[in-house]
Formats: sequence, C-alpha cells, structure tokens
Amino acid sequence: MSKTWQKPLLAVLLVLAIVFPMIAANDYYIYVMSLAYIMAIAAVGLNLILGYTGQLNLAHAGFMAIGAYTVGILTVDYGVPYWIAFVVAGALSAIIGFFAGLLSLRLKGHFFSIFTLCVGFMIYLIIEKSDALTHGTVGIIDIPAPTGIGPIRFDNTWSQYYLVLFFLVVSLWLMSRIVHSLLGRAFIAIRNGEDLAETLGINLMRTKVLAFVLSTFYAGMAGALYAGFVRFIGPAMALESHTFDMIAFILVGGIGTLFGPLLGAILLTWLTQSLQFLQDFRMIVFGPLLILLVMYFPQGLIGYWRERQARRAAASMQDRRLKRSVIGSQHEVSTNA
Amino acid sequence: MLEIQGLTKRFGGLTAVRDVTTTFEKNRINAIIGPNGAGKTTFFNLVSGYHKPTTGRIIFDGQDVTGLRPDHVAKLGVARTFQSTTLFDKATVLDNLIVGHRLRTTSTFWDVVLNTKRLKEDEHRCRAKAEEVLDFVGLSSVAHHLAADISQEERKRVAFALALATDPKIVLLDEPAGGVNPEETLGLAELIRKMIRKGLTVCLIEHKMDMIMSLADKIVVLDHGEMIAQGTPAQIRSDQRVIEAYLGADYAAA
Amino acid sequence: MNIFFQQLLNGLTLGSVYALVALGLTLVYGILHIPNFAHGALYMVGAYVAFYLVGSLGANYWVAMAGAALVVALLAVLSDRLIFHRLRNAPPLHDMIAAIGLLLFLEAGIQAIWGAEFHRLAPPYPQIVRLFDLVAPAQRLIIIAAAFGLMFVLHLFLTRTLTGSTIIAMAQNREGASLVGIDATKVSVLTFVISGALAAVAATLFAPINLIYPSMGHLVIMKAFVIIILGGMGSIPGAIVGGLVIGFAESFGAFYVSTNYKDIIAFALLVLILSFRPQGLFPTGARA
Repeated sequence: MSKTWQKPLLAVLLVLAIVFPMIAANDYYIYVMSLAYIMAIAAVGLNLILGYTGQLNLAHAGFMAIGAYTVGILTVDYGVPYWIAFVVAGALSAIIGFFAGLLSLRLKGHFFSIFTLCVGFMIYLIIEKSDALTHGTVGIIDIPAPTGIGPIRFDNTWSQYYLVLFFLVVSLWLMSRIVHSLLGRAFIAIRNGEDLAETLGINLMRTKVLAFVLSTFYAGMAGALYAGFVRFIGPAMALESHTFDMIAFILVGGIGTLFGPLLGAILLTWLTQSLQFLQDFRMIVFGPLLILLVMYFPQGLIGYWRERQARRAAASMQDRRLKRSVIGSQHEVSTNA
Repeated sequence: MLEIQGLTKRFGGLTAVRDVTTTFEKNRINAIIGPNGAGKTTFFNLVSGYHKPTTGRIIFDGQDVTGLRPDHVAKLGVARTFQSTTLFDKATVLDNLIVGHRLRTTSTFWDVVLNTKRLKEDEHRCRAKAEEVLDFVGLSSVAHHLAADISQEERKRVAFALALATDPKIVLLDEPAGGVNPEETLGLAELIRKMIRKGLTVCLIEHKMDMIMSLADKIVVLDHGEMIAQGTPAQIRSDQRVIEAYLGADYAAA
Repeated sequence: MNIFFQQLLNGLTLGSVYALVALGLTLVYGILHIPNFAHGALYMVGAYVAFYLVGSLGANYWVAMAGAALVVALLAVLSDRLIFHRLRNAPPLHDMIAAIGLLLFLEAGIQAIWGAEFHRLAPPYPQIVRLFDLVAPAQRLIIIAAAFGLMFVLHLFLTRTLTGSTIIAMAQNREGASLVGIDATKVSVLTFVISGALAAVAATLFAPINLIYPSMGHLVIMKAFVIIILGGMGSIPGAIVGGLVIGFAESFGAFYVSTNYKDIIAFALLVLILSFRPQGLFPTGARA
C-alpha cells in the first residue's frame, strides 16, 4: 500500500512549505503563496460539498465574502479585536450557511446549482447596495492585520505566511478526519446516489446540510484570513467568478481528493502570476481548461495518481491472495479471474 | 411481517398501484411478478418510503410505517436493492460496503473532530460488518478489488451485501437476477435461500419465471397496478387470469 | 395614471426581453437537460456583434440583428457539437462545469477584443410616440412588438410544423422520441440554433436602451433561470408568463419599493416561492 510512504511525503511537503519563505527570491513570492493558501482553504471547503457530497454550490465565494466582511466591518467600524472578529466570521458564515443550506438543499442537482448561483448573487448585491453597513462599492480599506499572539506579531509578510500556513494545515487535518470517517463515507454515498444512500438509512437532508455548513465555515474562515492579509475588500469578491476560480482549482488538482484543491490553487495561482499578461484574461485559458478537464481528465492530477495507486494496491493484494491459495491448493483460485 | 392494506398510489391522473392488500410472512420468500409497468417498482418505492402512498397503510413488524422517510424505514429494518447499483468505482469493494452499517452507529460530527473512542469503535464495527456480509455473499476474494473492475454478477452480490450490512429484517430485491446468465442466476437464487436460512424475510421482483417458481413461497401478481392474484407457485400457475394477463400458456399447470 | 402606465410599459419591455432569453434556456433544458450557464454569455456576444455591425460596419439595425442572430446561433450549435453533445453521458456535474467554462471563455474573449468599458448602441428609433396623453419611447414599443411577434412565430413553428413538434416530443420524452425514429442530432442542433438566435435578438432589441459590457449577461441569465424555475423547466408558456411576472415585479418594485434593490426582487421572489413550493409554480415533473 502507498500508506507507508504517504506520511514521509507529507512531512517533506510540510518542511518545504516551512522553508519556502527562506528560499523565496523576494517577499512578493511569499505574498503570492500565502494568497494561494487562503484560496486553497476556501477551495478545500468547496470540495467537501462539491467533490465529496456531489452538490455544485455556486454561492461559495459569497460565503467567503461574508467571512471577510464580518472581519472588515467589526474591526474597522466597531474596533473589535481581529481574533474575536475572526471567530465571529467563521460562526456567522456557518449560521447563514445553515439557513441557506436548509433552503437550497431541498432542490436537487441542477436546481440546487442554479439556486445557489442566485443566492451568491444576492449576497453580492446586498453587500454592494448596503452602503451604511458594508461601505457599498467602495469596499472596506485599512483593515488591521491580525493582532499578535503573545510574542508573535503578524505585521509582516513572513509571519503572516506562517499564520496562513498554520490555518491551512489545520484545515487539511480536520478535512482529512472528516472525509476518512464514517461521516465522510456518508457524504460519498450521497454523491454516488441519493436514492441508495437514503435506503442505507442516511438522513439526506441532515447530512447534506452538515456538509454545506462545514463548507461555508471553511469559506468564512478563508474570507476572514483574506481580510486580515490583503487588508482591503470589495463586493466583487462575492461574485460567482471567484467560485469558478475555486472550481478550477479543484478540477485541476483532483475533485473529491484531500489535497487536490491545494495543488490546484498553488498551480493555477502561480500560472496566472507567471503569465502576467494573462491577469485580466486568465479566463481565456481557464475557461477552455475547465471544459477540457471535464471532457478528458475529470479526475484531476491527484485523482489520476490515486486511481493508479488504488489499482496497483488492488493488484498486489490479489497477487498475495493468489499465492496463498496456490500454496494451500485451495479452491479459491477460480474466483479470482 | 409486512402487511399491506388497501395501498394506492396515484401520480397525477395515473394510478400506478391500486388498492393492493396482502401480507408477507416472516422468513419466507415472497415474489412480485407482472408485466412491465404493472407497478412493481412503485410498490417497492412505497414500502421503502421513497413515495408516500395516496391511500392505504403499510404495517411492518406490527408498526405503522406509512409515509415514513426512507432512512427511517431503513433503520426499522427494511433494506432494498435497486435494479442497478451505482458503486464508487474508484474505491475497493470493501470500502463501498462500510457505509452500509452507518445507520446502526451513533457517532456524530463532534466524535469525528475529537476522534473519540466511540467513533473508532463504530468504524471498527462497520468494517467488521462489511467483511461479514461480503463473506456471506461469497465475495471475500474481491474485497480489495476496485469496484470498477468487478463483473455484473459480482455487482449484484455487492448490492445484496450492501442491503445486508444495514442489519435488516426484510430485504426487498428489485430484479436481483436481471442481466446475469442462467448459471449465475442459480447461484443468486441459492444466495437468496441462504438469506432465508439466516432468518431474513425476502421480497423480490423478478421476470425470470423459472427462478420465481422454484424459489418463492408466495407470489403476488400485479397487472396495471392491481393485484390480480396471490398464492403459492402452484396456485399462480393454474390461475386463469394470470395466465391470460402475464404467463401465457407455457406456464399453465401441468 | 401616467406613471402607472409608464411602469406597465417598462415591465412589459423588461418582461419580453427576459422571456426571449428564458425561452432559449428552457428549450435547451427541456431537450438536453443542461442548465446552460453560458446562455447569458451568448446574449452578451449577440449585443457585441450587433454593436460591431452597426457601429463599425454601418449596418442597418435590423440587418445587424439578423447578423447577430446568425453568429450566436452558430456559436450555440458549435458549443453543443463540440462540448455538450460529447458530455451527454457524463455526470450532470460535468456539463454544468463545462457550461461555466464556456461562459468564462466567451466573456474573457469579448473583453480581450472590446475591453471592459461600457458601450452603447445608437438608438435606431429615438422618437417618442404619443397616444392621447400617454408617451412612450419608440424603442420600447419595438421591443415589445418584436418580442411578442417572435414568440408567436416560435409558437406556430413548434405546434404547426413537423420539425417543431419533434422538438416538443423530444422535450417530453427523450427515450421515446429516439425510439420512434426522431433524429436526435437534428433536433438538438435546431434547438441550439433557436436558443442562440433568441438570445441575440433579445440582446439587440434591448441594447439601444441599455449598456453593452462583458458581464452584461450575468444578471439576465440569472433572472432567466429564476423565470424558468418559477415557470417550470422546459415549459414554454411558463417561460413567457414567468418573464412577464419578473418584468412587472421589477418595474413596479423599482418604483414603489426601491430602485437600489430592484435587481434583488427577482431573487427574493425565487427564495420566497421555493420556500413554500419547492416544486416551482408550475411543476413539470422534469425535476430530477
């Protein structure tokens, strides 16, 4: 099994992430990487409802914006300390996510996606139009950086990079727990077929709402981090095009895989960075990329790799079993064809 | 075990099941037969809670289950299979089965976050159950195959196993032998008998008459949503209405 | 009275544009079961093509409309043949994501050519029509007349011709239709032609009293989705009635409630209605 070298591989990746600022050519690279991590946290959340539970939620960027605006409004207009605002942001996104989920998950398949597209746009319109609360089209500027914890301060790119990395690791760790547990299996069962899942005694609505709330919680956290990191936010961050960005991350890296969204976020962020002229027109590349991916490579990079691993593991189990049964001259051989 | 009283289901102007009253005895093999569109699958959908009946009652094990949600009915002990089972092709057969016992476990989201002992026990139980049912249906040898790589007949057996993993009292099988060859059909029939020996009650929809006639203790015949006959295979074989509506002369009583 | 009439006219104008867009969307959904997220982008491309034909080539307004309809119809058919048709057996998630990819590509492509700024199509009929003591801009009357004329022609085509009735048959029962020998390829090509042309015509009609910009399709497509959810997916009368309902709700809402929030009205209506009737106002049974 691949499990034996999975842990060392993860350790190597973590070390790489930790030493990245030391080997990065300049602070700008560190900044870009931090941004990729923040987007990855949001995408990991989206992947739970999209990749594991099979529901295409097109309002995800809206929930990220709710998290960001909660931090922005509370810190700038009400002088609330960053970390308190941070916790409120996560909670508020999850609470709004709960009600939005309750409403939208009564619809299935296409209808759910169309409905959430509308929900996302409503969030955008409300943010844009509520001048008194959200500063309207101007957005919120001068959001304070996260306040220091003990001796650690988060006022420079380096320390913020590590802060974001910390939350990324925690997010992935928690997601790993979830998707590899019985709960994760229930999510996957719903993705495979809602009828079958229901006859296996899985409460569809409750399970789907849970996945939805968790994913909006991730979005809210990512938004809160974004607000403290970029320091200014505007209504455009709620637009569906940001959800589309995250879908692209997920598809490139591997839909329904733990590290797919992270890999996709890093790859595509650096791709757009290195193709500066593409900044405004990245969608000329991303659009056809999405189409080609779903047509020819729907499993994504990690999905592809995982599939090969799984097949190899199955084959080796098979070999072992075959040998055993040959030695014992059991009758089992015939069924192994 | 399962009592159906005056069950009717209308979709708009269409009556899919009309005033069906029957009982399925415990620890017996009950079969539902009838031409295509006779309402057989709708009948299953009603019993398993997937549709709410227009009128009528469904009593399972002494409890009124009419109109309950499918997951609730499943918890009470009604399992079912579908004509085609979608498995997660990229996972192993065993992995696909573990979720089947989830309904008998109690761990919640917080158990997952805190990785509690209860969660570990639950996961252990689900895995043990999956191995047990896989062994029961005779598929231990493909436990670690990818679900994508198994044969049609093995898929049918996995569907049985998934139903059994829920610890049911009654199993509803929708065309369990559809799309498999005659030899494999015999094997599946034997598996159904094995379920009976284990103390389960079975109710199946099937078109393969040889299989039904040799297997079933009781047969219910539906035609255009109405029950036109019920009884033992011998009674059904000699029933004039059944012969006219469905069986044809081939199955007329010898 | 006059103000009321003005709102009525506005509502009718908006409603007929929405209805045309929703009709194309609902036809494609009825036949292929694809929620074509790129439909709003097709609408947007239609406006740009008309803008180019009139502005740069000096074409007549109606010629430009025909040109836009032709180009967008072709684009729609290409999207079907190259993308959606090939994904017909893929999970539904895939065709939705592919539609999103197409939308992103079209928007970015248009923006690369014409930039992100606003454009305006010179009104071909800037006159004001007076009738008794009521006044109405000619363009609005043209929109209403043209839209309803087109809907009437479409209705005749779908009900009175063999080709049209095959589209209806396909929408009602896909498997059954292919069993009785309906050429599925022909029907889906035709459906995309109609849906693309309707979007382009709607865009060209609306352009003289509106702005042209790359993301102009967003709001329109979302409202069209709201309309067909309310009116029943795949239902043609539902799309027309739904379009008018949303058009009136917006024009009266903007006047009597708040201009600022007029765009939210459609979505609020959707949320409200689906909270009480998850199956929509006119359930079609197409809900999977």
